Amino acid sequence: MRVILIFISAAVINNFVLTYFLGICPFLGVSKRLDTAVNMGFATTFVMTLTAVITWLLNEYVIIKYNLPFLQTVSYIIAIAALVQFVEMFIKKSSPPLYRSLGIYLPLITTNCAVLGLALFASLREYSFIESVFFGVGTGVGFTLALVVMSGIREELDFAEVPKSLQGVPIALLIAGMLALAFMGFAGLLSV
Amino acid sequence: MLDASFIISVLAMGGLGVFFAVFLSIAEKKFHVEEDPLVTKLLGALPNTNCGGCGYAGCAMLAEKLALKQVSINSCTAGGQAVADAIAGILGVGSMKAERILAVVLCRGGEAEAVKNAVYRGDKTCSAANLTGGEKGCAYSCIEYGDCVSACNYEAMAMDSNGLPVVFYDKCVGCGACARACPRDIIEMHPESRTLFVYCRNKDKGPVAKKLCKVACIACGLCVKDCKTQGGINLKDNLAVIDYELCPQDGEPIKRCPTTCILFGEEEKMTSEAFYSSTPKVAAGR
Repeated sequence: MRVILIFISAAVINNFVLTYFLGICPFLGVSKRLDTAVNMGFATTFVMTLTAVITWLLNEYVIIKYNLPFLQTVSYIIAIAALVQFVEMFIKKSSPPLYRSLGIYLPLITTNCAVLGLALFASLREYSFIESVFFGVGTGVGFTLALVVMSGIREELDFAEVPKSLQGVPIALLIAGMLALAFMGFAGLLSV
Repeated sequence: MLDASFIISVLAMGGLGVFFAVFLSIAEKKFHVEEDPLVTKLLGALPNTNCGGCGYAGCAMLAEKLALKQVSINSCTAGGQAVADAIAGILGVGSMKAERILAVVLCRGGEAEAVKNAVYRGDKTCSAANLTGGEKGCAYSCIEYGDCVSACNYEAMAMDSNGLPVVFYDKCVGCGACARACPRDIIEMHPESRTLFVYCRNKDKGPVAKKLCKVACIACGLCVKDCKTQGGINLKDNLAVIDYELCPQDGEPIKRCPTTCILFGEEEKMTSEAFYSSTPKVAAGR
């Protein structure tokens, strides 16, 4: 039961993008078209899930075992960077069109603070292995959800009359703010 | 004395590094993607300057399109005939004529000819000055701050002593960077075989244009009459426009032009050597 709560909490209530404001760069950068947004969401979800697994193992068998809490952040960054490299190779092999459409944003997952944030949150809250995995998947789903909602709105926006001074990034930021406000409505749903 | 935790942390981080390095190198072997050797070969034949003259985002993308045979082999404007031949050789297809495309500056109203009726003290770029209209009375004229010269990656342009940009025809590769940089679209890209140009973009009525610039097109229509082919030159928005499909490339239409804004084979003469030897140390660019 707890894992489901963690999952829902990470995906909706404490959505990383819209509540913690982590991972804003891809949120604004890749949310112009729906299909790219979905692909980016899946790629990030994949990385996040793997990150949750790897960093839990790292935390348990290296950092806690040898009492090296000061190495937590730096070792997580190494692990995430290596993982993203791996995912890049994997996508390049399995789906070249996806590789091309993600472009620079794929390597940028490395520096996506949502991924590092997820790893650090999971260790901070002392989640068990299963809980970490669910937390990772939930965060990824939440990220995808935010990206998809945002890109859906931005695609519709192409047909809307936006005042000239708000065209482009300003209106995107305004929408992001409104989405964040809307997601605050989930805050009372449950608490973990 | 070394602290135990120091050694442990060095070992832990080193171990992690080695672990991920081994993991990634194995993955690299396993997921290695064979890239089309044809694309690599084609990319080698292209200039690799990524000028964008072909319309694609860089030489690598053009190489891909060439390998798929989606574009013609003379698509690389910057490379010209030599590159087109090299590509034809790699792809094993017949050669194709690649006509040189060159930039033409269609404004001759420099310091001496055009009237200045305003002062501009802002950022010395054409794109900024264009927002306020610049210094000259003519709203279609060259702004003279040299955005085109800065945009050129081939050192094929400079500002002359009259304040106008000059294209060096020995250096220009036809990438079109200058034409894109010009906020007033004064620079156009034309095949080398075209020699007749109307060097004015002013769309004001004749008397207005004449007051603003000595060499403006006043839409008198004499060149239209003198052109050997009917319809070779037309008047459009108070401006003579040459139809290159129809108008023969000769000196007929220029004979009676009262403001000498239509010229024949004028710009071909300038090369960078001739320019720099005749006007030493003229501020190139800004």
